[in-house]
Amino acid sequence: MFEKLKNLLVRFVLWFEDRTGLWAMFGPSLTHLAPRDAKWWYVFGSATLLCFAIQVASGVGLAFAYIPSSGDAYQSLQYITNVAPLGRFLRAMHYFGASGMVLLVGIHMGQVFLHGSYKFPREMNWFSGVALLALTIVMGFTGQLMRWDSNAVWSIVVAAEQAGRVPFVGKWLAHFIMAGDAVGGATLGRFYAIHVFVVPGLLFAGIGLHLLLVMKHGIAEMPQVGQIVDPKTYREEYHARLEKTGIPFWEMAWRDSFFALATTLVICFCAWYLGPPPVDVPPDPSILDTAPAPDWYLLWYFAVLSLANTALEDYIILGAPLVIGLLLFCIPILSNSGERHPARRPLSVIALVTAVLFVFGFWISAMHMSWTPNFHPKPLSAEVLGTPGTAHYRGGEIFQSKSCINCHLMAGEGGRKGPDLTYIGDRATRDQLVIRINNGGIGMPGFAGNLTPQELNDLVVFLESRKHRFDEAAGEGAKPESLPLGTSAR
Amino acid sequence: MSCCSDHGHGEGHGHGCSPQSGEPISVQEMNRRKFLALLSIVPGAIATAAIGVPVAGFVVAPIFAPEKREWVSLGAVSQFKIGDTIQVTYKDPSPLPWAGVTANNGAYVRRTGENDFIAFAVNCSHLGCPVRWIASANLFMCPCHGGVYYSDGSVAAGPPPRALSRYNVRIENGELQLQTQEVPIG
Ligand code: FES
Repeated sequence: MFEKLKNLLVRFVLWFEDRTGLWAMFGPSLTHLAPRDAKWWYVFGSATLLCFAIQVASGVGLAFAYIPSSGDAYQSLQYITNVAPLGRFLRAMHYFGASGMVLLVGIHMGQVFLHGSYKFPREMNWFSGVALLALTIVMGFTGQLMRWDSNAVWSIVVAAEQAGRVPFVGKWLAHFIMAGDAVGGATLGRFYAIHVFVVPGLLFAGIGLHLLLVMKHGIAEMPQVGQIVDPKTYREEYHARLEKTGIPFWEMAWRDSFFALATTLVICFCAWYLGPPPVDVPPDPSILDTAPAPDWYLLWYFAVLSLANTALEDYIILGAPLVIGLLLFCIPILSNSGERHPARRPLSVIALVTAVLFVFGFWISAMHMSWTPNFHPKPLSAEVLGTPGTAHYRGGEIFQSKSCINCHLMAGEGGRKGPDLTYIGDRATRDQLVIRINNGGIGMPGFAGNLTPQELNDLVVFLESRKHRFDEAAGEGAKPESLPLGTSAR
Repeated sequence: MSCCSDHGHGEGHGHGCSPQSGEPISVQEMNRRKFLALLSIVPGAIATAAIGVPVAGFVVAPIFAPEKREWVSLGAVSQFKIGDTIQVTYKDPSPLPWAGVTANNGAYVRRTGENDFIAFAVNCSHLGCPVRWIASANLFMCPCHGGVYYSDGSVAAGPPPRALSRYNVRIENGELQLQTQEVPIG
């Protein structure tokens, strides 16, 4: 009986394989030889693929309830988040899955670059990888727009304005992005189509090609000092080495498996513990109390644009993505042979470290957002303001009502766009203060005509008194600011 | 079936019959086959165009839609105080039925005299972020990169290259009207 069943099963499997050829097609991906030393360094690519799978699964799930209509998407998001069972978790999973994918794509790429794995004959692996990186970023940005709130609406306007700076076709591009003269009923649909159909289709194709190439050229070994990649002999040498020391892929895949599981658990934990990003203000373009900013993975780029010198700005907005993209793309063209070990490629290591520091630096500055006013500063304390009824007190009030505090720190409260004025009395004389307030500066409006002589006098009295000893009496330990008057954070 | 004689069936049939395994063929026949092979591109290209052109056209059509400029009412003139700048909200003149709140638009209106009004676009001239009017300071401030404008819309500080753009306004039967306009680009 048992034997019969087993025979039947075997015959079915053989029949299935004969008619489909699936094992003939995909079996080699499990059995092909992989370098033995390809250990934990190599888990990032498969983890990226896993994130993509999470995105597909959670995305399809969300699409069951999401309504891609400019007027209704907001409500459907509220429904998914607050009413639908598991909706909150699914949204959060989609968000953290995206974050994981961006992060892992970056790490995977860094590893491939560090180990010179993009060299001959794997140039095409790299090219397709760069294309996949670009598509991932497009997914990130359009995904943020699916969270159809005020931030999304204004992000589209900002994107359209940036596109509008392209010579000749700028206006067309802008209208293409907004689907008309302004954000409206037609806008969300196109980003939905791009996010759900166009780019995922390209991603599927790109990932397929990427994996096919991994199979075709084999997994790169760990780089060894002195092991030179010579396009004439590399293939033979690689196969000879593999024959000797390689192991079938499925014998080393447990690492990928465990790392993928860990990634999944981290994403699920974040989703459960932190929840989805809030869908805050409705997508109403007449609500102006909003400050559009991209999600964390593009925040550093936002900082680049914000801190860009105005004169060069157009070139940076349009040129930087092009140049960075082209440079990344061209890496294997610049060098596809020679040493792979990082110890023998100091320039490449420097380039990688510089790129990472660059991104991190702008990230950190983006966290402080020091280029933009603080719209909701805490009011000055009674201690700073002093005795009511005095010129000093009135000056402090003017410091707040005339928005000085939105850009300047005063005893730790306020904005960071302009210099910290906590100890301005140490650095500026009365005349200097009057001139600066009346005329403004690089990043500061002039207030002549905006202040009565009385108000100006009170404000200057207030500022003049902001000397260092003031705070020592109050027990504050801040050091004096060495920024010269008028230095702006921009 | 002669073309299949030189390989096992396990290899599948994703290939054409190779001429070597069949009868020898004439040069003429060769040319005919080459020509026919090339010819198969033509219907493919026509079909691709027949599908692709309408799809692409549909997607890019909004680019070519003429700008709609219409007068919309902002309410009675009497509700604006001389010297004040306030935010007004108006709807797109003919929104898509499913536009919902995205049909709303904002603008700033400043009454400068008995019959004089200025309507400012809310978009920062830098990258289009919505500027905020800070009444106590008499300034517009941009939340994105710190652009600042004076009450007349001219640039006070920061990256903006130009003054805030303006809408046409008119007074009709005691009502203030604004002429809608596309988002100011570039
Ligand atoms: S968009 Fe207003 S300063 Fe950049």
